[in-house]
Amino acid sequence: MTTPFHIETGRLTVPVTAEDHVRGDAGAPVTLVEYGDYQCPYCGAAYPIVEELLRVRSGRVRLVFRNFPLTDVHPHAAAAAEFAESAPAGRFWDAHDWLFTHQDRLDPDSLAAAAAALDPSGSMAQAMDRRVHADRIRHDFLGGVRSGVNGTPTFFVDGRRHDDDYALATLTAAVDAAARTSG
Amino acid sequence: MAELPRSGDPAPEFTLPSAPEASITLGDLRGRPVVLAFYPADFSPVCSDQMALYQAVKPEFDRYDAVVLGISVDGVWCHRAFADSRNLRFPLLSDFEPKGEVARAYGSFDAITGEALRTLFVLDRDGKVFWSEVSPPGVNPGADGILAALDAMAAATAGAAPGGSA
Repeated sequence: MTTPFHIETGRLTVPVTAEDHVRGDAGAPVTLVEYGDYQCPYCGAAYPIVEELLRVRSGRVRLVFRNFPLTDVHPHAAAAAEFAESAPAGRFWDAHDWLFTHQDRLDPDSLAAAAAALDPSGSMAQAMDRRVHADRIRHDFLGGVRSGVNGTPTFFVDGRRHDDDYALATLTAAVDAAARTSG
Repeated sequence: MAELPRSGDPAPEFTLPSAPEASITLGDLRGRPVVLAFYPADFSPVCSDQMALYQAVKPEFDRYDAVVLGISVDGVWCHRAFADSRNLRFPLLSDFEPKGEVARAYGSFDAITGEALRTLFVLDRDGKVFWSEVSPPGVNPGADGILAALDAMAAATAGAAPGGSA
């Protein structure tokens, strides 16, 4: 083996499908994929910025959120991901919002109380207890690893890793540039 | 400083401390793929994210029976504190004395900062360089390149030895 071979890195290898959680106009020309960890303070800091981006570029960009829990450094990250994935149909983003606005309350008791509030029927709490979405979360994580996720949050703009900061101006410029390319 | 070893070159041999009373010799790892991750400094933000990622991805590396080794010029006690702070459970090697000697042999030493560059190497089972990548100090390379290289290596091995167990 003397032939050096080139490996292209930092490209989204798992296409966005109907299985993904999408926020914003489903038909928007630009797709922002975020790999995030609900206990990660940087993801918490990015959250209002991404929300603002969706507002100021409404119709131009849609957000896809995928799980990338770093459980060795964030002990509540896996349970928080289960919380979001276990939300009742149509309530994923409500759960997502709750997590990023209550990052200081991700302990088991607080998550259980929040789940009971979001779904009084108890099935959300049951799904969390049984970790029924563990495979999906693992699938998200491994797809992220294969795509070059290098920490959280990692963003992909139309499939290309965003190797820049996530200030609103930077993300907006990246989205606008991608919109021009996609014509 | 030596140049970056190229694909197919034998990887320079070394023995480096992995703990106050332990060391790792590259030659002892023959028969397994080896990932060498040179990085600038314990505790720096990008290095911390990179090493935490490799710990999280370790189950994937294990599927290839690959050994992952982090290498910087920090001392063994510093490595221990860094590993404890981030829950890292793979070896961090100390290229401390003579400082950066191994990084230099791999063309991965920055003489201005006195730190290792952020260079990844994937070595094959015979200890030859299969793939390498130098990243800018501020960019965390992630693990996708490493895993793609391990995939390509497994495929090449399977192709070279049809019917083999690779």
